[in-house]
Amino acid sequence: MFALVANQKVVRDWPCFGVVLGGSFLPRGGYTVLLFKMQFMLLFSRQGKLRLQKWYVPLSDKEKKKITRELVQTVLARKPKMCSFLEWRDLKIVYKRYASLYFCCAIEDQDNELITLEIIHRYVELLDKYFGSVCELDIIFNFEKAYFILDEFLLGGEAQETSKKNVLKAIEQADLLQEEAETPRSVLEEIGLT
Amino acid sequence: MPAVSKGDGMRGLAVFISDIRNCKSKEAEIKRINKELANIRSKFKGDKALDGYSKKKYVCKLLFIFLLGHDIDFGHMEAVNLLSSNKYTEKQIGYLFISVLVNSNSDLIRLINNAIKNDLASRNPTFMNLALHCIANVGSREMAEAFASEIPRILVAGDTMDSVKQSAALCLLRLNRTSPDLVPMGEWTARVVHLLNDQHLGVVTAATSLITTLAQKNPDDFKTSVSLAVARLSRIVTSASIDLQDYTYYFVAAPWLSVKLLRLLQCYPPPEDAALRSRLTECLETILNKAQEPPKSKKVQHSNAKNAVLFEAIALIIHHDSEPTLLVRACNQLGQFLQHRETNLRYLALESMCTLASSEFSHEAVKTHMETVINALKVSLPQFGSRDVSVRQRAVDLLYAMCDRSNAKQIVAEMLSYLETADYSIREEIVLKVAILAEKYAVDYTWYVDTILNLIRIAGDYVSEEVWYRVIQIVINRDDVQGYAAKTVFEALQAPACHENLVKVGGYILGEFGNLIAGDSRSSPLVQFNLLHSKFHLCSVPTRALLLSAYIKFINLFPEVKATIQDVLRSDSQLRNADVELQQRAVEYLRLSCIASTDILATVLEEMPPFPERESSILAKLKKKKGPGKLPDMDDSRRSVNGNTEPRPSSSDRNMVLSA
Repeated sequence: MFALVANQKVVRDWPCFGVVLGGSFLPRGGYTVLLFKMQFMLLFSRQGKLRLQKWYVPLSDKEKKKITRELVQTVLARKPKMCSFLEWRDLKIVYKRYASLYFCCAIEDQDNELITLEIIHRYVELLDKYFGSVCELDIIFNFEKAYFILDEFLLGGEAQETSKKNVLKAIEQADLLQEEAETPRSVLEEIGLT
Repeated sequence: MPAVSKGDGMRGLAVFISDIRNCKSKEAEIKRINKELANIRSKFKGDKALDGYSKKKYVCKLLFIFLLGHDIDFGHMEAVNLLSSNKYTEKQIGYLFISVLVNSNSDLIRLINNAIKNDLASRNPTFMNLALHCIANVGSREMAEAFASEIPRILVAGDTMDSVKQSAALCLLRLNRTSPDLVPMGEWTARVVHLLNDQHLGVVTAATSLITTLAQKNPDDFKTSVSLAVARLSRIVTSASIDLQDYTYYFVAAPWLSVKLLRLLQCYPPPEDAALRSRLTECLETILNKAQEPPKSKKVQHSNAKNAVLFEAIALIIHHDSEPTLLVRACNQLGQFLQHRETNLRYLALESMCTLASSEFSHEAVKTHMETVINALKVSLPQFGSRDVSVRQRAVDLLYAMCDRSNAKQIVAEMLSYLETADYSIREEIVLKVAILAEKYAVDYTWYVDTILNLIRIAGDYVSEEVWYRVIQIVINRDDVQGYAAKTVFEALQAPACHENLVKVGGYILGEFGNLIAGDSRSSPLVQFNLLHSKFHLCSVPTRALLLSAYIKFINLFPEVKATIQDVLRSDSQLRNADVELQQRAVEYLRLSCIASTDILATVLEEMPPFPERESSILAKLKKKKGPGKLPDMDDSRRSVNGNTEPRPSSSDRNMVLSA
């Protein structure tokens, strides 16, 4: 098991691939180019297994699967020294690899790519702080937590709280509520047989 | 690394996930999943009512299975039940399930909306946030109908907690995106603008995002936000790094908020009030100055955050397009980035410069970087050029944007040379761009003809019909280039392997103007005919049809080859050709050549008249490829095909009007 963001040296050793942020599927007309719109965020492993999928636009399950398949392939085909941004369909993809996971966001064509790269970094920092030296397994076994943390940070595709402290505080508070409210469990439950 | 979930355990879930991971094959995985689904189904249907913890665990398992990619067709009811639990974690899982597996069953929707309504009214901030998150995640029309008027109230109420305000703001933003007609403007809009002055920067961040979206629809309602945004931005960029505490990111003051404020300002024209305008200019200058200072940290996060703000500031400067000094400074800053060793910055600089190129204030400044941009295309010189196709594409876009009369020849030459090695996926676009530039800036139409023929030679497969139709139209319309065109295509056709598009162009031009070079024995009528006919059997049906038409024109132009051509037309391979069009042409042309007198033949096959002016189909095709808003305006004067310069087009009529 290897750390996602253990220390700076570890992060520096991995080439940066950029963050993949997706673009918009809403009709363009009337509404303008100025909407910062993150369309979706995907986390996937180097084997192409999807670990997290957050969609900020309404799409059918079939479309989501298609997009995921195509995009994962496209990003995995990128070479190390290439830049972190690529155009895909009418979207801009910003992506970055941390250890064994690719973080991929789709933003609209006119959006700010660099700040999106840092949104990804901030999310990784949050995961790292919460799980203590996070790695892919943490996200696999605690997938629901990854979604909760994401929601505290990004809502509707926009950063709602950019103070790391405040986001973590909100999550810790929720965890405390959780522990208070536990009901006693059966023995079978305790060992996970039901 | 914890193999068990942190916090609340749910061991059963962790064990299940382990089981799935240990499956050696897809079939084993499906088997295990089906077993679990059967287990959960029976527990849900069972006589004993499940306790909250179990329900939560099973709903979470279903969610996991769904996220793996399998279909789930039950569990919604149980998830909805969890919403009414008083336990936070149960509610949370319930909300997560219904946000991910959105269901359009109207009964369920009613129940969900009810639960949300209760949570919103609960005055418990954590519950309220859960409900707001759900609305923001799902954003359905039914939710908009139920809550779009309630949320603004929550947002501006005095006793709402900061975290709830943030959620409410973004929730409203989401609803406005999906159902803008249901979000009512009202008294609350003034209060939302006021949130820009809030103490809590998280609230300001969320409010800025919301205002930016709403201002697109109703700019007047929110124009008071401009002065507040400038004031806020000014405070941020001049602050010391300790002032903003937790909102400082790697030594950069509130980068996300700065970017959002700069975005908000792009919704409006430059401020009319002189004091405000100068404050904003100062702000932008400060940001530009900071870019020149030595970095406070070596970490890439620091430079990304700093540059994110810088690029957004440049975007605002470009949008305003009113301060020449700022524009030139922005251009120079981008010019520095063009040679940066970080590919990301080179890419972004190329992209940003494209927009700068169309501003009259900075167009000249952009041109000074032409050499650097040209180098970015050269894969063979990695120290200057780029190994990344995205970067090369941007460089091409920028060359296209900065092209004008003074540099057209050089830029077209560079683009042609790049075309020889360009990726196939972008060749068609480059071909279209070269064709447009060559036509637009042609002073000397022989250069234009050469360029198009080069295009066909280098990337014939990607030269669409619009392009070669156009070169023919121009040659037809311009007497001064007809002879040159005939000579040049004749020579080009000598090449042993020439592209079919060249045969089409050559066939047509020689058919019309072959007489202009027939005097020279090296290009006598017979030689011309043999040259064309030597390619005949290699061509597709449409090209052959075109060649047959050229042959009948030859019969008219050159009586001395009439017999030879008639023999060809008479052959079985023409008269009995399987293709109807070819057969018909051969039969009719042969007949025409036999029975028509010279006068009638000359009338029927008279030289093509000039084409009328119509909108450029090449430009239309390029626009279609790139999508709206992606092409820089070509703001040079229009040139009609006959060479007269026309006055600058009005903004309602920006297309080049050329014969189509």
